[in-house]
Amino acid sequence: MKNFARLLPLVLLTMGSAGPALAQKLIHSERSMYRDVLVYEERGERCMCFTRECRIGRQSCIYLARPREFALSYTHMVMGGLLFATSAPPKTLLIVGLGGGTLPTALREVLPDAVIDTVEIDPAVTGVARRFFGFKEDPKMKVYEMDGRVYVKRAIREGKKYDAILLDAFDHEYIPEHLLTKEFLTEVKSLLAPGGVLVGNTFSSSRLYDHESTTYAAVFGTFYNLKAANRVIVAKPAGLPTMEQLRARAMEYELALRGFGVDVNTVLGMFNTRQDWNPNARVLTDQYSPANLLNH
Amino acid sequence: MSDRPLLAGLQVAVCYLVAFWSGFFVMGVELLGGRILAPNFGSSIYVWGALITVFMLALSLGYLAGGRWSQKNPSLQRLGLLLGVAALTALPVLVLAGRPLEDLAIAVPDPRFGSLAAASMLFFVPTFLSGMVSPYCVRLLVDDEKTSGRRAGQLYFVSTFGSAGGTILTSFYLVLWFEVNTIILGMIAISGALAVLAVLARSRR
Repeated sequence: MKNFARLLPLVLLTMGSAGPALAQKLIHSERSMYRDVLVYEERGERCMCFTRECRIGRQSCIYLARPREFALSYTHMVMGGLLFATSAPPKTLLIVGLGGGTLPTALREVLPDAVIDTVEIDPAVTGVARRFFGFKEDPKMKVYEMDGRVYVKRAIREGKKYDAILLDAFDHEYIPEHLLTKEFLTEVKSLLAPGGVLVGNTFSSSRLYDHESTTYAAVFGTFYNLKAANRVIVAKPAGLPTMEQLRARAMEYELALRGFGVDVNTVLGMFNTRQDWNPNARVLTDQYSPANLLNH
Repeated sequence: MSDRPLLAGLQVAVCYLVAFWSGFFVMGVELLGGRILAPNFGSSIYVWGALITVFMLALSLGYLAGGRWSQKNPSLQRLGLLLGVAALTALPVLVLAGRPLEDLAIAVPDPRFGSLAAASMLFFVPTFLSGMVSPYCVRLLVDDEKTSGRRAGQLYFVSTFGSAGGTILTSFYLVLWFEVNTIILGMIAISGALAVLAVLARSRR
């Protein structure tokens, strides 16, 4: 009886979630040098997570029945930033942080001739992206397995330039602090080709939000700030495009993006430059970067 | 060997304090080391592996050297000198962290050996000298063989407790309040003050 009483909440909980059909199923699990890389399936979605039962956020998700379609909302904003804010279709792109590879996979489809370089620190993540998320490399789409900051410094020395750069290396549990400093963003800025665009996918709702904002503002000035569950920053050193320019570019991709479930008008409606942070928050630098402590 | 203790009263306390602080200093610097290396070497597992290896190696050799050096005219004054010099050799960390580390990262592109070389260049000497402190303190504090184990145990306690303090204070609080270089300079200043204290502390005999 005592045992049953202890189990009762569990029984009720299981009943509440409408039976085992909706239960999370662990498809794959491996321990990498950095973390557990887990693949779960639930309600027709397959997700890559770094924590048990995806307790602290999901890295990448696909719908099993419609694998092209974006399952996470932030990807819509990111595609909008990369494609609408550039003044011509980007020919060279850099993505820092692979996850399941849904973004490079989609970008390859929209931009068949572009060079898409991706940097991923964890080889296990790359392996799981290939095996479970349909990520495929090609001669113009490569993954570099190294730290993002190290890659950026090397790329600068080699004289590389990118039309669009996406920073997508943060998760809810841990932020690589050296990828959220004024010095790093300055390096990234110098890696942009003339007219190039930087898109940063972050999520912060905590105290870090203010610091992150002033740090981006210190390097890029005004930027577009798109917010849903995540936050996507779109910066362009050559000057931000006007809403009309964004709309014109968006229309060119309307059809292509529909296939991914992206409604360009919804994404366009999210672009704004309203400053909703404390402008006096201390800028993060290589000398002062307690991003994880601020994110509580 | 005389049975008269080398230290008395306040001097004993200063000796423990120096051992505590030395432990604090080493771990504070080690944690900041991760931040100092990150811009050029990243924060991959290799970088932390290299950093911890260098600290452990420097400490182990420092223990040997400290024990040896304690055999000749051991004194609290010399211990203070040791602490002060160890702190001063951490000063180059402030200067070398910029351009020289970048050059090193270019010269040694492999993330393992690059960060190993960088960590050695910046942290080997101060950590080696800090490692000398504990065995030297043991020599100063032990007056007879019956209490030698207890004294050594207390010393390990104080110094490792200091390391724990240096780790948690630096990673949870100091980096939130101050810049990396400010923290290092502050720790060097505290080492300097303690060094002066150790040199000046006289027994009442």
